Amino acid sequence: MSAMTYDKAMEQFDPVFGIEVHIELNTKTKMFCGCANEFGAEPNTQVCPVCLGLPGSMPVTNEKAVESAIRLGLALGCSIRESSRFARKNYFYPDLAKDYQISQYDEPTCYDGSIDVVLDDGEVFTIGIERAHMEEDAGKNTHVGGTGGIQGASHSLVDYNRGGVPLVEIVTRPITGAGARTAEVARAYVATIRDFVKALDISDGRMEQGSVRADVNLSLRPKAAPGEDQNAVPFGKRSETKNVNSLRAIERAIHHEAARQAELLLAGEPVVQETRHWHEDTGSTTPGRSKEEAEDYRYFPEPDLLPVEPSREWVEELRSTIPEHPAKMRARLMEEWGFSDLDMRDAVNADALDLIAATVAAGAKAQAARKWWMGELARTANDRDVTLQELPVTPAHVAELQGLIDDGKINDKLARQALEGVLAGEGSPTEVVASRGLEVVSDDSALEAAVDEALAAQPDVLAKIQDGKVQAAGAIVGAVMKATRGQADAGRVREIILQRAGVEG
Amino acid sequence: MTDWTRATAAQMVAALKAGDVTSVELTQAHLDRIAAVDTDVHAFLHIDAEGALATARAVDAARAAGEELPELAGVPIAVKDILVTEGMPTTAGSTILEGWVPQYDATVTRKLREARMPILGKTNMDEFAMGSSTEHSGFGATHNPWDLDRIPGGSGGGSAASLAAFEAPLAIGSDTGGSIRQPASVTATVGVKPTYGGVSRYGAIALASSLDQLGPCARTVEDAALLHEVMGGHDPMDATSLNEPVPSCVAAAREGREADLTGVRIGVIKELSGDGYQPGVEQRFEESLDKLKALGAEIVEVSCPSFEYALAAYYLILPSEASSNLAKFDSVRFGKRVEKGNVERTMSATRAEGFGDEVKRRIILGTYALSAGYYDAYYGSAQKVRTLIQRDFAAAFEQADVLVSPTTPTTPFKLGERIDDPLAMYLNDVATIPANLAGIPGMSLPSGLAPEDGLPTGFQILAPAHEDARMYRIGAALEKALADEWGGPLAAQAPELEVAK
Repeated sequence: MSAMTYDKAMEQFDPVFGIEVHIELNTKTKMFCGCANEFGAEPNTQVCPVCLGLPGSMPVTNEKAVESAIRLGLALGCSIRESSRFARKNYFYPDLAKDYQISQYDEPTCYDGSIDVVLDDGEVFTIGIERAHMEEDAGKNTHVGGTGGIQGASHSLVDYNRGGVPLVEIVTRPITGAGARTAEVARAYVATIRDFVKALDISDGRMEQGSVRADVNLSLRPKAAPGEDQNAVPFGKRSETKNVNSLRAIERAIHHEAARQAELLLAGEPVVQETRHWHEDTGSTTPGRSKEEAEDYRYFPEPDLLPVEPSREWVEELRSTIPEHPAKMRARLMEEWGFSDLDMRDAVNADALDLIAATVAAGAKAQAARKWWMGELARTANDRDVTLQELPVTPAHVAELQGLIDDGKINDKLARQALEGVLAGEGSPTEVVASRGLEVVSDDSALEAAVDEALAAQPDVLAKIQDGKVQAAGAIVGAVMKATRGQADAGRVREIILQRAGVEG
Repeated sequence: MTDWTRATAAQMVAALKAGDVTSVELTQAHLDRIAAVDTDVHAFLHIDAEGALATARAVDAARAAGEELPELAGVPIAVKDILVTEGMPTTAGSTILEGWVPQYDATVTRKLREARMPILGKTNMDEFAMGSSTEHSGFGATHNPWDLDRIPGGSGGGSAASLAAFEAPLAIGSDTGGSIRQPASVTATVGVKPTYGGVSRYGAIALASSLDQLGPCARTVEDAALLHEVMGGHDPMDATSLNEPVPSCVAAAREGREADLTGVRIGVIKELSGDGYQPGVEQRFEESLDKLKALGAEIVEVSCPSFEYALAAYYLILPSEASSNLAKFDSVRFGKRVEKGNVERTMSATRAEGFGDEVKRRIILGTYALSAGYYDAYYGSAQKVRTLIQRDFAAAFEQADVLVSPTTPTTPFKLGERIDDPLAMYLNDVATIPANLAGIPGMSLPSGLAPEDGLPTGFQILAPAHEDARMYRIGAALEKALADEWGGPLAAQAPELEVAK
């Protein structure tokens, strides 16, 4: 690529973009049959006459998928159509069992919504949603021989396990006005959708497994002259980059496409309206099928299915189950918990927000909860190569552990040992403290004896303390802690040393 | 010794219960008849003698053991090859499915098995049910037992011919534009298209999903009713299946035989007569009306002006849906495969070789009608006509309890006569198509033999949606009145086939 960059492109052009996000729903069964909807099974083991498209078979709509789609639509502020239809999208491809995909066309269930996305600096950008519709996924082709692509392959294998998996496709309106922040906005939008579907518990939201997949449309138009209305400038020709499947890739793909298109436009060459493939390794796109020769999908209403007609009562009932906007919830929690931007981002990235919230709900202070989950427990999870959620410790355990510290029953060091016991399955923190005998020595006479012994052993230190070098007491504290195998309250030990030395703390 | 192949299903049920005959005897008698005449009739594409006899033996054993059995247990049946049957080849009359053995049963197949009816085999049909003569079968035409040079109707010519040739007492049909009723008309048998959704379509290879309906074929109205009640009912596997009880067809048919039709209004559809209707067909139709009048019914004339556009609308909706339904025959997962190096060429070559001309004609028509830029003018307009036809029916049913017409404009034409003239072939269904567009039930029963050619004519009765029982009652009344005049059922008058003499 040449010297053209995203930043330079943004100086001269105004970008318009749109995003289609496909969400794989986490229903137990597929969209139109009773087969299991699970990732990772042996090829062609989760199939039946319906999702294999055998002659005579017929689809039946999964009501749970409809519920998920409506809840997502409500979360996106969409209107829910009183009567919507499925349609057939006709095209021949081996991974499409019936050679048509059941989707929605002119009557999507959810339409006309909008959602706020919050950028890293707190700026809020509103994205218009054109529609959110239901459809079924296709199977998966594997090309054998050659380089793994279809070109040069000796033959191809088809796995229909994914065929018929329920999807919701969310389509934005053309998004204007983001200017140089386009890439950030696009990324934040997809992140918001991902967070929302997880909060709604309608999808696992795992982009790396393809549960959330994005296609990014981008076009450039000249910047309006001063005093001219940018919205009066017509849109340029757009490209649609398919399967951009990570947040970072969304940003990179927009950077690449903006620079590529700007270079063409500046050279006086046309941008071709086409689909393009994203290449993660090179960070670039290559042309797919151009729209001019694109197939005519011959949509028509699916005659094997009845219209989707959710009652108003049901829709209102579902509306009451919509969780708070994830970014807004985060902003609220950040303030309530007194977290820094960095604290918050780390907690989000570690997928620890729910755990921290539950720990706080169980009685711990937010900073203490964060310290445990993002410190000791994050390290353990990392060592064991599991997620925080998979550790055998609950938010209630963590709150209980912190409570023991706050009550002075144990100190930080003992707490870590207690946590070790919990992680080893020895019981709750209180149980581990009791069974391992981890309680701090709170008997002053025992501590006084230990202090006296230590002071006697290091008379020079006592002299220093009495000389006013109070920090020298640390050596005595260390000796006492060692003698009590860490089960002393270091603060109390220090007080006793100072009393014995006859100085005030 | 009784020739059980001449008995009605109802008589077989009584004889089985009385111990006068066993299911094995009934089944074997029909298998023998098939062996004797089917070389000439060619009603069957596949015969399952072993399976049928196994079912029969099990039923006989169960009956001997005093087990409670379903009403039709032990009565053999023929199944149109459009219905998938686990472990039994299913082709829908197409060579593209030659050799395919389904891994699952259609809902209706399952119901037949649960009813413990021996399945004799699969009957011939126009390829994917596209046709009115069975000449479009990929495996050769079926011949009309009344005259082997003539068509048995279509697409369900195999099922109708199997009844007329006494190869089976009952058969399953499917009706998208008349494929049950038109074959019944030209073979002097009884065929019923139930209300749309009354019988599950799950496992019936789809032609046009919004028009297709499975239904019973028989030689008497009562027998059709017995089978209708076995087939019907809600099916969670078919989203378009009606969630309501099966209509009481049997009771209605039995009551109809004793019926006084006083107060019943019979609407004659003005548009389904005149030009194109054979005089003998109209004559027998008028005589049937006289019988109904004599039973006390009031005859009124009704007009359905939108019927003029029914055929045109039908030949847009059907090919559109069919073009999509038939896409799955792509060689990837089942059926024929003509290897041509890559998947695109293989799909193309398989479809070029596996589909017949009529199927290709309709796929092309439908693909065109659904194309961007043409959709509104073709598919969209056809759906509007459909709404107008539904309104015509609604208005007509304000004036009459049932509507009637000749089932087909003519008696069966000769094999080969219309094969090169699709429009003439399509016109055969002009009277049957409106019921499919509106989703209402229809029945055809014999009205006699046309004086000019001595071939069967049919009488069609249409009822409002969900009122299937109403046409069984009136059909049974007419059947009884005609049989009284003929001295028995018309089917008995069929000329004995040369081969069986």
